[in-house]
Amino acid sequence: MDYFAQQLINGLVLGSIYGLIAIGYTMVYGIVGMINFAHGDVFMIGGFIALISFLVLVSIGLTAVPVILLIVLLVAMAITALYGWTIERIAYRPLRHSFRLAPMLSAIGMSFVLTNFSQVSQGARVKPVPPIVTGGYTLHEGESGFVVQLSNIQIVVVITTIVLLGLFTWLVSRTRLGRDMRACEQDQTMAALLGVDVDRTISMTFVIGAALAAVAGMMYLLYYGLVDFFMGFVAGIKAFTAAVLGGIGSLPGAMLGGLAIGLIETFWSAYFSVEYKDVAAFSILIVVLIFMPTGLLGRPEVEKV
Amino acid sequence: MSASHPASSNGSEPVGAAFILKKAFLSALVALGLFSLMIGVRTEAGQSGQLEYWTRFGDLASLVAAVFVGSIIVELLRLWLGPRGGLGSFVPPSVQSGLSIAGRYLAPALLIFTFLVPVIFYNQRYILDLGILVLTYVMLGWGLNVVVGLAGLLDLGYVAFYAVGAYSYGLLSTTFGLSFWICLPLAGILAAFWGVLLGFPVLRLRGDYLAIVTLAFGEIIRLVLINWQDVTGGPNGVSGIPRPTLFGIPLTPGEGGLAAMLGIPFSPTHRIVFLFYLILALALLTNWVTIRLRRLPIGRAWEALREDEVACRALGINITTTKLTAFATGAMFGGFAGAFFATRQGFISPESFTFQESALVLAIVVLGGMGSQLGVALAALAMIGGFELFRSLEVYRMLVFGLAMVLIMIWRPRGIVGHRAPTVFLEKSKSISSDLVKEGHG
Amino acid sequence: MSSAPILALENLTMRFGGIVAVNALSFTAQRKQITALIGPNGAGKTTVFNCITGFYKPTSGIIRLTHDDGAQYEMQKLRDFNISKQAKVARTFQNIRLFPGMTALENLMVAQHNALMRASGFTVLGLLGVPSWRAAEQSAIDAAVFWLKRVGLIDRADDAAGNLAYGDQRRLEIARAMCTGPALLCLDEPAAGLNARESAALSELLLSIRSDHGTSILLIEHDMSVVMEISDRVVVMDYGVKIAEGTPREIRDDPKVIAAYLGTDEEEAAAVMEAEA
Ligand SMILES: Nc1ncnc2c1ncn2[C@@H]1O[C@H](COP(=O)(O)OP(=O)(O)OP(=O)(O)O)[C@@H](O)[C@H]1O
Ligand SMILES: [Mg+2]
Repeated sequence: MDYFAQQLINGLVLGSIYGLIAIGYTMVYGIVGMINFAHGDVFMIGGFIALISFLVLVSIGLTAVPVILLIVLLVAMAITALYGWTIERIAYRPLRHSFRLAPMLSAIGMSFVLTNFSQVSQGARVKPVPPIVTGGYTLHEGESGFVVQLSNIQIVVVITTIVLLGLFTWLVSRTRLGRDMRACEQDQTMAALLGVDVDRTISMTFVIGAALAAVAGMMYLLYYGLVDFFMGFVAGIKAFTAAVLGGIGSLPGAMLGGLAIGLIETFWSAYFSVEYKDVAAFSILIVVLIFMPTGLLGRPEVEKV
Repeated sequence: MSASHPASSNGSEPVGAAFILKKAFLSALVALGLFSLMIGVRTEAGQSGQLEYWTRFGDLASLVAAVFVGSIIVELLRLWLGPRGGLGSFVPPSVQSGLSIAGRYLAPALLIFTFLVPVIFYNQRYILDLGILVLTYVMLGWGLNVVVGLAGLLDLGYVAFYAVGAYSYGLLSTTFGLSFWICLPLAGILAAFWGVLLGFPVLRLRGDYLAIVTLAFGEIIRLVLINWQDVTGGPNGVSGIPRPTLFGIPLTPGEGGLAAMLGIPFSPTHRIVFLFYLILALALLTNWVTIRLRRLPIGRAWEALREDEVACRALGINITTTKLTAFATGAMFGGFAGAFFATRQGFISPESFTFQESALVLAIVVLGGMGSQLGVALAALAMIGGFELFRSLEVYRMLVFGLAMVLIMIWRPRGIVGHRAPTVFLEKSKSISSDLVKEGHG
Repeated sequence: MSSAPILALENLTMRFGGIVAVNALSFTAQRKQITALIGPNGAGKTTVFNCITGFYKPTSGIIRLTHDDGAQYEMQKLRDFNISKQAKVARTFQNIRLFPGMTALENLMVAQHNALMRASGFTVLGLLGVPSWRAAEQSAIDAAVFWLKRVGLIDRADDAAGNLAYGDQRRLEIARAMCTGPALLCLDEPAAGLNARESAALSELLLSIRSDHGTSILLIEHDMSVVMEISDRVVVMDYGVKIAEGTPREIRDDPKVIAAYLGTDEEEAAAVMEAEA
């Protein structure tokens, strides 16, 4: 039971990170209908920028951890958002009304560019950081001596995720930008006719998605204590899997899918085998899609004939 | 007059200059933001394992300056090349129609040249190897073309079937001692079998759901290859895979070898040349079968499926089996190519079957112009050849490659060969503009 | 020759969530006749077609088809493609659904898929190019040519379907449906968007399909001149239910029908009619 509880905590934390990335996939898909293959690499870039700004802040003598974290978070979100914006401008906007596969390949190309860019600019070796947020709580001590722990970093990850999700839900449901985004999702031509600046709205979608990916990147850095140039690929595929599992286009679905993938992975590693955790995640995706062809929360696609 | 769109007025220089400078300045500013930390600061794990950093403001400055200048150049080019700008206008229609006429002679010329490559470049091992590599991708591209280009099903895990083919031959030959010529069909059948196995449950998924499932399948196969150590050898792969024989005659020095039998001095180039013609034959077989299939009801049903699935159902076409046959056919060709890859390398490991590989083959198909056999061959040549040309760029290779992919897509979203040839005609075969051809939902 | 009607709907109901698009609808379509299904926008006509041709599984009800030889099929039990393949029901779509990137001829070849599949030995014989396959292919081309001529598109045989004019596309879609060799042809607003001359030609084409080929026709149409001219029987729907049925003449004078179209109640409609008379 204790072991189970501990795995549950770990799974939820990992799932939060996947969920944050998955939102970026789902938003972009909802609004422009393309799989943004470069999104995993945007997450990786976010991790790198968090790492670098952290190093710089520490070296100039800042010591208050909460202040450092806040500044790192803001810097990472800002700069990564700029990446999201630029990518859309360069690689996707010219292909907005093109064929379905062209933007997808452009995105795959962009993903290669970003991976290689960070490899070239920051080197291929793994970048470790010492634990930044330490300590934690012991929730329960079993008779066998097994302890269920909740570390501070796990708390930070979950709380950050919840706060950002709240902020983000508010943004989408209550603000003008959110309304414009939903309008563009429904019908871009109509939205444009009604005075919605479609270009700007799409840009903002990428910006928000990238900012959330940066948060995920920073959380990853804090949680695992390292980043490397290749981490975007696996995390990206997992998060994309999460988005599809939840029902691509659905925001709660992305979070739910993220949590599901995080839990599956963690539990599979804990009870069966670590090696096959990804196989388990992907297999469950396939099985879920066989029975629910549009994911857990996706709207069924009814084609009118 | 229109200060905000001077590019469209194309006249008054001063407005244009101010606009261009402003735009270049903004671009430089964005670049500064993007590169500030990633280029301006370099991190590396130091001696003690502690992460250290140093600054590279010089590099940052020059990069930002380069973006500034680059932006000016791009804007100027745009000004000269017409008001609408964009890379699409680089190819005027006249050139395009010229291309399609040249296309009629291009294919035979290319084929003859390919046959002569081993003769012309007999002593240039590098070129022969490159030729084999290009032909392997031509074959993979033609195989995937059946699935993506004809049937309109998006398969992001094609490399899985390539892997199945390679491991089929690798394992069957090393454990049971089966020869290449027995394993080749087996590899194709096994790959097709896996294609059906995957396809059966998932082919009713549409669009990007199918894409992610195929991607997941590709990853599953790769992960199983890595982790199922007892059978697949895990990350170390399978080595000592037998080289192909000329229907039983080995291409080795000494007694019984082909050279000895023909009474000519042995040369390791013989094997390379043999491999070259082997993959050429396999690729041409793929091509021949695909061209024939297109003219058969099954091939027409694939294309009809890509055009309109609903209409197909109304015409009594069984969507599931039609998709399955496309999937299985593509997988089978992938399996053949995999068996060839295994025999050529003599060694295979999961590293050769990553998502990047699937993406590359897909890029070849899309760049080729979906459904066009010639286009796919040209795209394979351009991509693989281009990638080799970038070899001198070393670490920057993938960077340039990725950028090239983006630019090519913007330049020609519908690929090099932008038209479809009808499969049957009464009076005259008129090629169909790709604007009319759909790309499928699956 | 069976005496049963070619098509009989019994209590067909189709719900989408809360919407009842078709409500306990029953009617029959007689063999070798043209039956028109009319009604105001949103009445549920296309939904009836979609149930007949297997695109929707009806919520309840029976759709029975009887071939000339007496063979019976219940459409709600058949898999979608078998409705064309076995039950021999062909249809066209309200929003034309041709294969736009294929030529007119290719469109008609695809329509003969099942016959050609058998002839090509499920691809094996075709791949080898055996003579029997070649003969079958040639006769399929001949059939396509026949229909292209019939709808006046023989000159456009090698043009992409997507390049044809709107009226031509409508006729090509009918030709494509006929190439499947149907017992029942369901046409969803074939005259929509046609000019008067094209409509007249369409009427003539449909009449000849019925008399020359013995194909029964079920027709959804808003163009009353076409309906009145060619249909043998008319079924009127409104809000998913049948409100009238009869000969074109009977329907034309039915106050309930006029009320449905004008969106008024019956008395007013009767008043309008009297005023007109
Ligand atoms: N797939 C669907 N999901 C939900 N509602 C549907 C669906 N298909 C049809 N409907 C609804 O059923 C009702 C009948 O639609 P239908 O298309 O059958 O009308 P129709 O008689 O063909 O109209 P029209 O003359 O405009 O073509 C409409 O209210 C429509 O919105
Ligand atoms: Mg309708």
